[in-house]
Amino acid sequence: MAELKVIVFQLKDEEYAIPVQQVRSIEKIQHITRVPRVPKYVKGVINLRGVVTPIIDLRMRFGLEEAAFSDHTRVIIVALDDMEVGFIVDAANDVVDISTEAIEPPPEVVDTTTAEYINGVVKIGKRLFILLNLEKVLKTEKG
Amino acid sequence: MDMSQYLEVFIDESKEHLQTINEQLLELEKNPDDVSIVNEIFRSAHTLKGMSATMGFEDLANLTHQMENVLDAIRNGKIAVTPELLDVIFRAVDDLEAMVVSIAEGGDGKRDVTAVVAQLKQIEKGEVVVAPQKSNAIQEQTYDEFEYTILKQSAEQGFYSYEVSVKLRSDCLLKAARVFMIFEVIEQIGEVIKSVPSVEMLEAEQFDDQFVVTVVTKVSQDELQKRIMKVSEVEEVNVRPVDLHKSENTVEQKEEQKKEQKEETKTVEQTVDKKQETQEEKQTGKQVSNKTIRVNIERLDILMNLFEELVIDRGRLEQISRELNNPELHETVERMSRISGDLQNIILNMRMVPVETVFNRFPRMVRQLARDLGKKINLEIIGAETELDRTVIDEIGDPLVHLLRNAIDHGIETPDVRRAKGKPEEGTVKLKAYHSGNHVFIEIEDDGAGISREKVLKKAISKGIISEQNAANLTDKQVYELIFASGFSTADKVSDISGRGVGLDVVKNTIESLGGSVSIDSEEGVGSIFSIQLPLTLSIISVMLVEIQKEKYAIPLSSIIETAIVKKEHILHAHNQKVIDFRGKVVPLLFLKDIFEVPVVKEEDDFLSVVMVRKGEKMAGLVVDAFIGQQEVVLKSLGNYLTSVFAISGATILGDGQVALIIDCNALIK
Repeated sequence: MAELKVIVFQLKDEEYAIPVQQVRSIEKIQHITRVPRVPKYVKGVINLRGVVTPIIDLRMRFGLEEAAFSDHTRVIIVALDDMEVGFIVDAANDVVDISTEAIEPPPEVVDTTTAEYINGVVKIGKRLFILLNLEKVLKTEKG
Repeated sequence: MDMSQYLEVFIDESKEHLQTINEQLLELEKNPDDVSIVNEIFRSAHTLKGMSATMGFEDLANLTHQMENVLDAIRNGKIAVTPELLDVIFRAVDDLEAMVVSIAEGGDGKRDVTAVVAQLKQIEKGEVVVAPQKSNAIQEQTYDEFEYTILKQSAEQGFYSYEVSVKLRSDCLLKAARVFMIFEVIEQIGEVIKSVPSVEMLEAEQFDDQFVVTVVTKVSQDELQKRIMKVSEVEEVNVRPVDLHKSENTVEQKEEQKKEQKEETKTVEQTVDKKQETQEEKQTGKQVSNKTIRVNIERLDILMNLFEELVIDRGRLEQISRELNNPELHETVERMSRISGDLQNIILNMRMVPVETVFNRFPRMVRQLARDLGKKINLEIIGAETELDRTVIDEIGDPLVHLLRNAIDHGIETPDVRRAKGKPEEGTVKLKAYHSGNHVFIEIEDDGAGISREKVLKKAISKGIISEQNAANLTDKQVYELIFASGFSTADKVSDISGRGVGLDVVKNTIESLGGSVSIDSEEGVGSIFSIQLPLTLSIISVMLVEIQKEKYAIPLSSIIETAIVKKEHILHAHNQKVIDFRGKVVPLLFLKDIFEVPVVKEEDDFLSVVMVRKGEKMAGLVVDAFIGQQEVVLKSLGNYLTSVFAISGATILGDGQVALIIDCNALIK
């Protein structure tokens, strides 16, 4: 049975998951330099140990209302192909092993903005994890 | 197949193998019965043979092959290892080394190896080799062209030329000192033209007890001899006049050889130059040993990255030291800045690659193009050894191809047109690279039709790039600039060669994105010059830091003309555009806080801080809130996620660890 290790994080009152292979590191919030004339959800860039890394506010990306940063706010640095991007999330909670067989296709009644970024959902006990499709999240809407 | 790109690897590896062979041969001398050592040598020799055969160095391959045969015989127990045998093999290795050195210096690696090959063959057949007796006779001096000229001219002016052979006593302790004294004696009465062994070797005591010098002097043979004999510990001095006729012959021979070589390589001027250079070097007897090691480019990149970190910290330190105002700290930081500046130069130099790597594919391309178009074209490449940062080299190839194609397609006329104009049928395209200041210039010059002002204007007007009223006011240079506008093609016929008018604007954009610029100079009927200016390196640049509200931005110094403080009431309005009168010129003002949508937190002053920037002939004033200062920063990309941010060419990390964006002035000026 194939196992998948995922990083679990919180956005509003839902829990999302990203496979650990795609996560480079988890950082505390730091000074973000605003970049002009980019989509609203791109908060700017940070200095990640000498590498200039763009930061996306996942709440805004998913059309949720913006929230003020708290002590729990984290930046999850993910890597896809040759891209490195940081996601601002409300909190990074856990590392969880899930079996690939437990992944179910996304339920049809999820709100529409998020639906297209979802690979599937996993239910473990009472918790429901939403598996993110990084490629879709990182695809920039041109224009 | 073009092997030149493997040449470097070949040379490096050959040297390594020869080194192994030398080491193992010495081992073998100590343990003549150890077959594993022979195997080791055999392996190296075999690899060397294969490599040199592939690279087309026949003599090298031949000699290695013979050596291999002997080694094989030793391995199979047919021949015993004797010191005599090793002597011959060592001599063969010496020859191999000499050939590799010759190749490394740009020579052809040819060498007369028949003697050694014959000896090796003898050994292979089981014959005993008698090493050639070292002759005690004084060697005949030979002279090169230069030395010969001096001798001849001296003779014309009434000087005598002598070959003086000096023998020191075998118990002489300080040979170099004696040599020095003898030279001093000679120099009092004449001049030393040549010495064998060379002066350097004499000074290093690298001779037995005998040497020969050629002297030009006015004193007689006897007197010269007597004077030298006065130096103590000299056993024998032999003076005889130089036979100029004999020397003449050798010089002529050499010249003939040179001529032959010239003809062989006439097609590529550059190689000839190189060969002549190396020949000259050989003639003066100087051995330039070039010790190199191979380093993975990744390591250099890592080194560069680490150094960039250092530059960032340097910036931070400078800032702290300014704030603390402690003289000792100040001094230390300054010293560190200087040292890291030197370090920066060295690291940047290590990443330099000659443009040759880009240029060397052009002769073939030009020949092909000329044939396709039915034109006769001679491509001259000048300054291929000019070095540029690897990152620039990687990017510059395509724009150059474009410009060359353009020169050949639109520039050079067909042979019949050229004949009609009274030009030679063969057109010339010059590709020239050179350093100047902190920049590298690459020029593409053709002696073709040049750019027709009328044709360009007509086209530009028909394409709607400019209006007819504007057209009349443009300078020639501005007109030429138009061919870089997108959607422009001046060729009457659209051809495959230089695209369909999408070419030149791409060229311009690529070069500008590298922080460079292109300009055109042209005369109708005579030809055009496209001149590209490139920065030496892309990764560390000088910028001016400015503040816009609470945000910090960096403006590359290369595009700044000057800074100014402007009173608000001096702002004028023209066509909905705020402008100022700057030294008699009307310059548009660009309010960066509006362009970059900077959140406003501060009230405006009555004074505006303006950074005057330019793009070619055009100027603009960038309005900021404050100037922070000038700094060297490391250019970083915004990553692959944010690929095309308007008017931002990259980012940098400041002393306080924050990221500042670098403004792309070219995008701001239209």
